[in-house]
Amino acid sequence: MTFMERMYLPAILGGVVITIKHLFRKSATIRYPEKEREISDIWRGQHVLKRDEKGAERCTACGLCAVACPAEAITMVAAERNKGEENLYREEKYASTYEINMLRCIFCGLCEEACPKEAIFLTDRIIPTDYGRESFVFGKDKLVEPVNARIDVTKRQTPAVLEFKTHKKLSHNK
Amino acid sequence: MLYYTILCGGIFTITLTIAAYSTYAERKVAAFLQDRIGPDRAGPFGILQPLADGLKFFMKEEIIPNVSNKFLFIAGPCIAMLTALMAGVVIPWGGTLEYDGVIYSLQIADLNIGILYVFGIVSIGVYGIMIGGWSSNNKFSLLGAIRASAQMISYEIAMGFSIIAMIMMTGTLSLGEISAQQAGGMGGDWNFWNVLYQPVGFIIFLICAFAECNRTPFDLPECETELVGGYHTEYSSMKLGFYLFAEYINMFISSAVIATLYFGGYNFPFMNNLGLDHNTITIIGSLILFGKIFFFIFFFMWIRWTVPRFRYDQLMNLGWKILIPLSVANIFATGLVMILTK
Repeated sequence: MTFMERMYLPAILGGVVITIKHLFRKSATIRYPEKEREISDIWRGQHVLKRDEKGAERCTACGLCAVACPAEAITMVAAERNKGEENLYREEKYASTYEINMLRCIFCGLCEEACPKEAIFLTDRIIPTDYGRESFVFGKDKLVEPVNARIDVTKRQTPAVLEFKTHKKLSHNK
Repeated sequence: MLYYTILCGGIFTITLTIAAYSTYAERKVAAFLQDRIGPDRAGPFGILQPLADGLKFFMKEEIIPNVSNKFLFIAGPCIAMLTALMAGVVIPWGGTLEYDGVIYSLQIADLNIGILYVFGIVSIGVYGIMIGGWSSNNKFSLLGAIRASAQMISYEIAMGFSIIAMIMMTGTLSLGEISAQQAGGMGGDWNFWNVLYQPVGFIIFLICAFAECNRTPFDLPECETELVGGYHTEYSSMKLGFYLFAEYINMFISSAVIATLYFGGYNFPFMNNLGLDHNTITIIGSLILFGKIFFFIFFFMWIRWTVPRFRYDQLMNLGWKILIPLSVANIFATGLVMILTK
């Protein structure tokens, strides 16, 4: 070190000048409860299990999402639709339980890409915080969208998805 | 007598209020220097934050370790707080007020050994830390306390030496007189502040003041990474609060001492040329003194959020191998200049 460097004081003065400049800068803080940070259109937040136009669950418990999931966060149990439940489930098979462990989930979006039934999508909702680990296993009660409060996922629908939906000859697009 | 009681009470209140709001200012300054907002939830702009902090400290659980020496454990923060508050007595907070033909001084006690009194009180402050660390019966606390006291004693030497050069120049130990000697500076009689005559001494004194207050970059007593929490590891609730509060009072007092010794105290340029009456000048002077003090408190915080913490050996090197020789050299240089110019 040269003598000037060993004096420390010039360097400290330099640092002091830098910090005082920051005193007059605009702060980067977003006052959260009052003002929410803007998120991207393709933000991947909490999942939703979609219903179709008639209100029946789209998911047929094929398990492709669970296979595609790199974090192995998705588990499901398939069941057969009984007579009289046609308005509840779209096809003969449905998921009697469908769970996503939000502590494992890495929000990669592969489940939504894997889904052939357009049943699972990621939304702009943020996973609420909690103190215990148990409450982060989200069951169907939290994942399936309510019939009268549908969750808009049109922004998540990529050109590939939209293109796929135009093939009306595929049964699930009818 | 009644006047001095009121003055004591007033300065006591002002000291505590300023110390309380220094904690708020510290957080705000830190936030602004880091492009954040800082506390803004309690009251408008968060100005009730110190009250909330104080309440929180009182509500917290009080833990006294079983193996500690209970008397000393409680005495530690008391000593720290007491010594911090005591030093304010000799500082001239303003000139004199004249009312009904009687002259009232804004300095509680104009001791003719004012600086020595401040130094004595400050060195007793080491006991607060040392006793606190030792009585906790915790090795980390003890190490922290030893480091703290070693640091404070080392830096007190350089601090004392840097003051000697200034005392040689002013010829008095009384803070009131040192203040008065800088009266009127830059206007009429061209009397400059001491900092212009003693720049090296001022820098040494400033650095030592940082070390004495245990402020960054010299806040080694509370080195979280190596010593858990330093000397106050075992302290909880308001006893910890007292230690932290004492630090802020020390900061206020040392800002006041710096302003008095080197920056003219309550004097301001052209004060004798304004043609105002005596009492008005005194009040403006006091406000200006507080302005200077606030600047130095800000400066303390400014440095804190700029310079990283020293390593302990660097700290000792700086104190013993650089500051002490430099302050001795400063004494010789001052003496030489005094002989040559006489």
